[in-house]
Amino acid sequence: MASGLVTTSSNRIDERFTTLRATGRKALVCYVTAGHPDLSRSRELLQGLEDAGADVLEIGVPFSDPMADGPVIQASSQTALDAGMTFDGVLDLVEQARLKIPVVLFGYLNPFLAAGPSALGRMQAAGCDGLLITDLPVGADPALESSIGASDIAFIRLVAPTTPTERMQLIASHGSGFVYLISRLGVTGMQSAVAPELGATVARLRSVTTLPVCVGFGVTNAAQAAAITSIADGVVVGSAIVKAAGESVDSAVSLAKSLRSGIDQAT
Amino acid sequence: MLPKATDRFGEFGGRYVPETLIPALDELEFAFDAAMSDPDFVRTYADLLRDYVGRPSPLSDAPRLSERVGAKVYLKREDLNHTGAHKINNALGQALLAMRMGKRRIIAETGAGQHGVAAATACARFGLECVVYMGETDMERQELNVFRMRLMGATVVPVSSGTRTLKDATTEAIRDWVTNVETTHYIIGSVVGPAPYPRMVRDLQSVIGREAREQMLARTGGLPTAVVACVGGGSNAMGIFHAFVDDAAVRLVGVEAAGEGLNTEHHSASLSRGRPGVLHGALSYLLQDKNGQVHPAHSISAGLDYPGVGPEHSFLHDSKRAEYAAVTDSAALEAFGVLSRLEGVIPALETSHAVAWLLDSVGTWSPSDKVLLCVSGRGDKDVAQVRAMQGNAR
Ligand SMILES: Cc1ncc(COP(=O)(O)O)c(C=O)c1O
Repeated sequence: MASGLVTTSSNRIDERFTTLRATGRKALVCYVTAGHPDLSRSRELLQGLEDAGADVLEIGVPFSDPMADGPVIQASSQTALDAGMTFDGVLDLVEQARLKIPVVLFGYLNPFLAAGPSALGRMQAAGCDGLLITDLPVGADPALESSIGASDIAFIRLVAPTTPTERMQLIASHGSGFVYLISRLGVTGMQSAVAPELGATVARLRSVTTLPVCVGFGVTNAAQAAAITSIADGVVVGSAIVKAAGESVDSAVSLAKSLRSGIDQAT
Repeated sequence: MLPKATDRFGEFGGRYVPETLIPALDELEFAFDAAMSDPDFVRTYADLLRDYVGRPSPLSDAPRLSERVGAKVYLKREDLNHTGAHKINNALGQALLAMRMGKRRIIAETGAGQHGVAAATACARFGLECVVYMGETDMERQELNVFRMRLMGATVVPVSSGTRTLKDATTEAIRDWVTNVETTHYIIGSVVGPAPYPRMVRDLQSVIGREAREQMLARTGGLPTAVVACVGGGSNAMGIFHAFVDDAAVRLVGVEAAGEGLNTEHHSASLSRGRPGVLHGALSYLLQDKNGQVHPAHSISAGLDYPGVGPEHSFLHDSKRAEYAAVTDSAALEAFGVLSRLEGVIPALETSHAVAWLLDSVGTWSPSDKVLLCVSGRGDKDVAQVRAMQGNAR
């Protein structure tokens, strides 16, 4: 299960971070909710974000009770569910999008469990590269975690500001692809400033892992993204992209472009 | 750091939560176990239960109900507790624990408002800040309890997402906790949620069964034939079952809400009609669709209107140690009136489900059988709702 120790060089997430590191660049990870604002615009959005220079796309599998999400992602999930989005619907979306950048499915455990034991295989067949399950912390379900760890899908794990260093090590050793560091306490949502203790948390995390560290939760604009990528390997932007996508695909894409240039100028 | 045996009941339970909460759950588990083996804590808690809650709660004979049912029925009177339900047993224990952990901000979710009232009461008693999340639908049907909470200084936050009931109030309370975890203790109101909550709430409620067992032995010279309780999340049921689980001859019966009927879409019978799934931090029976989306629950009683159930009940269900039945809104409403008329005890609508099961069991008992019924709460909070419904029916 210690898949972090195994270099799955075939994984596109690892390849992407290797390339970024070699060229001294930082990753822009964009989150979207599958099926939001609707199916056809969801497809356009994925393509648009890739073209805007995103390095990784996190595609949210909507859930009825997203306990770690703030109002923007909650509403987008409900919109997607109301329009009939399902786990297999997300896979179809990924398959049809044929993205050149790696794709991480992001969601809650119950829809994944309901998708059945073949879910991992179907994910891979559809072209997914990673999986992040918000309510599956390390040690919560060892059998399930080792089946994910043993697959070719990268298992992205979360680290929180409350996580003790010892546990950071445990988490990193049970994950692969990158580590997703939550920048602050709370649910997803937009925040005006970067938490002051972030630098120290990143340093603690780096002391126990060589996996790339991406920081998310609350990132709204290019300046924040630049500040974060000055200390981390990448930045994850969720609610701000989803909110913009609710207005138009174009505004989400132009936000991604400005994030991209903010990050690139800083590095 | 890896899961302990105490995290699960068979396969059920666990800690399916965002990473942010893991240290707080570790801290809570450690603090609870330390508190329960600290004689000072145990004494303080026992004194409060006696002098503030009014424990032990009486065991009442129910002669006219017994005649109707055809077995000797005994009522465990949690309705006579301070604040009118069993919920106070848990809220006081957890508030004491919060103070022991140095946390002076309390959050709670509530459906019927009884747990919210219990949390507000404990916070008033100890001078703690109290924020209660409550679905807007429930705020309407349990208006009186909203007023009581506010009267005692609690902030009641309306929840307008999803079904605007207990499920969404719980989700919103978890969101608050993820945000304020360093200063805040979350008092969950039932035997649900991530470990250690199901075990902790059960242990804090187990006073119900310990007292009832002694009272039955003293009064009747033996154990009951059956113990009956309503099941929402399942805390009054676990509280009264726990002392009898090892008495293999004692039937344990949990009664869920069948709402408009088990064959409709509108019920809360997680054990009868759900399948295992993960919601609010635990693996347990859950009402859900084939895609793993949580199916909205329905019950006439706000306290049972929840799509999940405590993981220990899932275990008792699968291991067949307990049996679970379900009772419709209309049968519960009928039972509400029957217990009022036959015994002068107006039960909560939640409790009325257990009463309804008993009324339906006529003909299955022999006259020497003894049935222990948990009267989890009093019906004062429900009379306005019932009166309005009867007015509409006329
Ligand atoms: C009087 C009463 N009984 C029962 C319940 C259901 O909860 P539980 O199943 O946890 O006992 C409630 C919940 O609000 C209640 O107020």
